[in-house]
Amino acid sequence: MTTQEKGENPVVQKLKDWDAQAVAEVLEFRGETTVVVPREHLRRACEYLVSEPSLRFSFLSDITTLDRFPIEPRFEVNYHLLSLDRRERLRLKVKLAGDDPAVASVTMVWPTANWHERENFDLFGIRFDGHPDLKRILMPDDWEGHPLRKDYPVEGYR
Amino acid sequence: MATTATPAPPAAGYASGGAVPTAKKMVLNMGPQHPSTHGVLRVIVELDGEVVTKAEPVIGYLHTGIEKNCEKLNYSQAITLTDRMDYLSPLSNNLAYCLAVEKLLGLEAPKRAQYIRVLLTELTRIQSHLVWVGTHAIDLGAMSVFLYTFREREEILKILEHVSGQRMMGSYFRVGGLALEPPPGYLDMVQQFLDSFPARLDEYEDLLSQNRIWLARTKGVGVISAADAIALGCSGPMLRGSGVAYDIRKMFPYSSYEEFEFDIETQTAGDCYARYQVRMAEMRQSLKIIQQAMGKIPEKGPFKADAPGIIAPPREEMKTSIEGLIYHFKIYTEGFAPPPGEVYSVVESPRGELGVFVASDGSSHPYRVKFRAPSFTNLQSLPKLCEGRLIADVVACIGTTDIVLGEVDR
Repeated sequence: MTTQEKGENPVVQKLKDWDAQAVAEVLEFRGETTVVVPREHLRRACEYLVSEPSLRFSFLSDITTLDRFPIEPRFEVNYHLLSLDRRERLRLKVKLAGDDPAVASVTMVWPTANWHERENFDLFGIRFDGHPDLKRILMPDDWEGHPLRKDYPVEGYR
Repeated sequence: MATTATPAPPAAGYASGGAVPTAKKMVLNMGPQHPSTHGVLRVIVELDGEVVTKAEPVIGYLHTGIEKNCEKLNYSQAITLTDRMDYLSPLSNNLAYCLAVEKLLGLEAPKRAQYIRVLLTELTRIQSHLVWVGTHAIDLGAMSVFLYTFREREEILKILEHVSGQRMMGSYFRVGGLALEPPPGYLDMVQQFLDSFPARLDEYEDLLSQNRIWLARTKGVGVISAADAIALGCSGPMLRGSGVAYDIRKMFPYSSYEEFEFDIETQTAGDCYARYQVRMAEMRQSLKIIQQAMGKIPEKGPFKADAPGIIAPPREEMKTSIEGLIYHFKIYTEGFAPPPGEVYSVVESPRGELGVFVASDGSSHPYRVKFRAPSFTNLQSLPKLCEGRLIADVVACIGTTDIVLGEVDR
């Protein structure tokens, strides 16, 4: 992975012009652009990416988490955005510390985020502040632990 | 502590000839064992008389931890798990996963393998839509269509069995190409199917498209607007039935789809009937693609990419050269290790946008695999489809979202 300081991607350039604080890092890999956003700017950045007429990332494909245990910041929450009009994809990434894995919910921006955030809460224990109904979705309600975390055992007794 | 129930206030509208007020709402539990939920879906329905006021899908009954399991297997072993997610279109899942790993490796399958992949995934799409038409018709009371569609589906499964050795869980696509050289005669079987199928498709449409019961049960039922469908992340026929021409085969072509001529089928009504029309028309488009693919597939040629150390060498080479033997041994004991990085790769599965996010840490096991299942996101729109409608329409709405619970829960 190489870091591009110039931000040749026009979307990244627009995002930087809008608020340079909202772009912590830009990663390019196999033709995919990832923008690392500080967690306090996430919701603002999402609102901007949806509402800006020249960007219109109106479709949220997916939200998924990566657990980098034991490296800190441990969690990386990835948002896969799609602009249907411009045929372009963008990945936003938020890095969260293991002792406080919380980030603002984007259900107000994209209603589809509801179930995706519940899934990430269920399997990784990420809290999404402002989510209307944050509860488990795949595991039973009384389940203990978050199974997709790297420190969750796959065999033997828990 | 039990509180005494306050008596219900006298209904104002009742005496004055208004609508009959309802004493209380009833909560009905549909599923998880219910014939028309197509698996183990549970819907908590709140009813006011026969009108649904609230519907909440509850999922997770088929959660098998496929994503966690993938982390314990190497890249090639994980392919067999992908079949088991969307068991009505296993080859689409194979393709999505293989393309993601190939993207991670910076590898491309040879043209011949790409065309065969297109041919087989389009057959799978027809097969999946056939199951959908059949089961949906049963849900709405038309038994005979089911028997016909399963007859044709069997023809496709026979082709898949001939090619891969398995009717359903073929795992035929591998990283970098195909598992085996396709057997002789498979194209003749496909041609036979192509010759007979259009007439059969007309037959189904004769049975359904003008059927009064079918129209009454699907027209104007489960309407979702384009804006709502996008906001809820719907994809595939769900989105195209609402008038949004989003098809990944056209928008982000993969596996040489840019060389094929076909149209994106859309309808604007956004109801169950529109989604039915989209799926029926898509089967005809698939036939077109298959016919073109038949002409493109070269008789001979490599079916796997030439990438020593990543793709196992042919058996001949393994037996005769020392490098071949070393690579064979290393690939089947350790697997291969893509460079560290993350990719998100999408394909158009019969249900919509099937995305695979693969993260590598440079070892031979995927660090994280995430499947963006189209059924999962489409199902989220169920409350939007059926709230305010009759309880009987819930069945039609579940039907046209075309969910496969194996994929919803993964």
